[in-house]
Amino acid sequence: MGIVQMAVIILILVLLVKPVGTYLYHVFSNEPNRTDRIFGRAEKGIYRLIGLKQRGGMSWKKYAVSFIVTNITLVVFSYIFLRLQKGLPLNPNGIGNMEETLTFNTVISFMTNTNLQHYSGESGVSYFSQMAVMTMLMFTSAASGFSVAVAFVRGITGRSSVGNFFEDFVKAHIRIFIPLALLVTMALVALHVPQTLKPTLEVTTLEGQTQQIAIGPVASLESIKHIGTNGGGFFGANSSHPFENPSPLSNVLEILSMWLLPASLPYMYGKFAKNKRQGWMIFGAMMTLFVLLLGLNYAAERAGNPAINAMGIDASQGSMEGKEVRFGIAQSALFTTVTTAATTGSVNNMHDTLTPLGSITPLTLMMLNNVFGGKGVGLINMLMYAILGVFLCGLMVGRTPEFLGRKIEAREMKLIAIAILIHPLIILVPTAAAFLTDLGKGGITNPGFHGMTQVLYEYVSAAANNGSGFEGLADNTSFWNISTGMVMLLGRYVSMIAMLAVAGSLLRKKPVPETIGTFRTDNGLFTGILIGTVLIIGALTFMPVIVLGPVAEYLTLR
Amino acid sequence: MAQSIHETKGEQASPSPAAYFFTIVRLSIVFIILCGMIYPLASTALAQVLMPAQANGSLLKNSDGKVVGSALIGQKFSDQAWFQSRVSSIEYKAEASGSNNYGPSNPDMLQRTKDSIAQWKLDNPGIPASQLPVDLVTNSGSGLDPHITPAAALVQIPRISQLTGIPADTLQALVTKQTEGRDLGLFGEKRVNVLKLNLALSELTRGTL
Repeated sequence: MGIVQMAVIILILVLLVKPVGTYLYHVFSNEPNRTDRIFGRAEKGIYRLIGLKQRGGMSWKKYAVSFIVTNITLVVFSYIFLRLQKGLPLNPNGIGNMEETLTFNTVISFMTNTNLQHYSGESGVSYFSQMAVMTMLMFTSAASGFSVAVAFVRGITGRSSVGNFFEDFVKAHIRIFIPLALLVTMALVALHVPQTLKPTLEVTTLEGQTQQIAIGPVASLESIKHIGTNGGGFFGANSSHPFENPSPLSNVLEILSMWLLPASLPYMYGKFAKNKRQGWMIFGAMMTLFVLLLGLNYAAERAGNPAINAMGIDASQGSMEGKEVRFGIAQSALFTTVTTAATTGSVNNMHDTLTPLGSITPLTLMMLNNVFGGKGVGLINMLMYAILGVFLCGLMVGRTPEFLGRKIEAREMKLIAIAILIHPLIILVPTAAAFLTDLGKGGITNPGFHGMTQVLYEYVSAAANNGSGFEGLADNTSFWNISTGMVMLLGRYVSMIAMLAVAGSLLRKKPVPETIGTFRTDNGLFTGILIGTVLIIGALTFMPVIVLGPVAEYLTLR
Repeated sequence: MAQSIHETKGEQASPSPAAYFFTIVRLSIVFIILCGMIYPLASTALAQVLMPAQANGSLLKNSDGKVVGSALIGQKFSDQAWFQSRVSSIEYKAEASGSNNYGPSNPDMLQRTKDSIAQWKLDNPGIPASQLPVDLVTNSGSGLDPHITPAAALVQIPRISQLTGIPADTLQALVTKQTEGRDLGLFGEKRVNVLKLNLALSELTRGTL
């Protein structure tokens, strides 16, 4: 039954890829389209409000600057809101202002689409902050990432320009995120997710005790949290909290919400490239890696924790520490795999409590950071590996490599090398630094090899802009707030800017005609090469730390 | 039509840096208001009008109409005459949420589980530990899990029957009635809501008094 329910959800996703991918293409192709009639007026109103008169194509540099300055401006507003939240309206529970380094970490975390949370939602932020900072940044960071991905696709598929950032940003909100979020919000409320401005409830339990129940505008955050692959929970326990995720049905809705847009991007890319087969090949590579890693997590969690299985109880359910009964193993395993593939970072079971082999799944997906991936980033990264794969094949046969009819040369390869190398660099260096300092080691709460995984996971999650955590880590200290803040910034912006530069550079090249000797990038061989490139680079870079953390813990538990 | 074909070459005459920056500030303010205020407040209004019961925490009432908790949030039951919920490091205090996040090799977690099993054996004499389902002695992710598995409810019947004097058959029927199937017959797991089960149990004992 477990495998059947996972297979059904994957099937629903696959069936939705084509219609949604086609819709995304219509939104961003900038060709006149039926949807203009529905949304055109609202968009024009916004262009007028912000004083945007020209919507012509930008150079890649202008696009990158617009993206970054917009993000900085939103961060400044958010910082002010959090630091002053005590006196701002909609604070019925009387929450105090947020501390400086925690605010620094929080605003970066939400702007970079990471949503690593070093605060707890119930006690750390007011309703106003949950709405005007968290919910707002969930929209704007997702729209920012989406825009950059579209710009990159326009560049490598040889459109006239990378596009106009402001126009993409507005369209992503008006035509995708806001309507979809409203729809999912209402569906979640129907499935019993609260949406209220009332303060914490107080009830008398059956045994006559008083129980305080935190509540609030949960559904409106919950929907965009998944649609925008953000992942920051309203409550500390995130999507394992019954108010955020009350039933298996809401769990399925949340899984599809976070998975649908990233999974449809390869199809959209295929339409931009006028080669839908290539879009499907990239989707196929992603899905293959996904299913392999899902299988690993499911099997490991199903088998359970050997130390508990040895205690003579009925442990046939599998590893239930940190999991909810309504989800069981299958709905937990699928959620864990999707949330780390799509870099959402919400959790419906505690990743710190995963069995050692089960924890390899989320770690690997975030280390690769290209299996579906977050809003746009996954597709960019996968295309980066595709270009790298083409380059390696070109070297083997001694031909100048081409991708989509454009020559891949030294400048592009240098930029791609930077983007690929920055990821392990900002994971492994801070992890080592954390172990060398008492400030870093002080956060570890599980002894032995598991403690190693706790630290590693935190930086992998920050670098991949995922935001899930081995939440046992005592991470609300200046050391962790500032170091993960820096890692999130580098993880988000370095590779995005490098890839925009690649797009700009490819746009300037003259297309070369396809010949019989051209290496085809839309067949099964290419998919195989792509998966191989991803796995070889990933294994070379990260295998040692995986062995030191989860594998070593596994060997001690057996 | 909102869009025209983009110019093929270069950029248009750019606005001054100040005007450009001002556009970004205005863009930010528009989206703070739209996504950060209008969207959540409109959602709240819609939810409150259309689905007030769901939107306000799914409160559960007893037959007197008194609220006894939320159908979604678990409660702590210290008296062994109640069906017991899962382990919760926060003792079902729902002003917070979460767990200890113990790794699978954590000695404190292993000790806690051993202690729970030992305590369970004391409270349920005569029932072999091999029948104790693992969900009863593990901590849920939220610390507020309202459910236990049907097996975890059934295994508690002999104890509750002995402490309350209610025949085991009646309790068995109660558990069967409170067992929720998989969603749409496919998704998730079969489960029993402990608060609803105990509420039904309390109505039963009140009826017999």
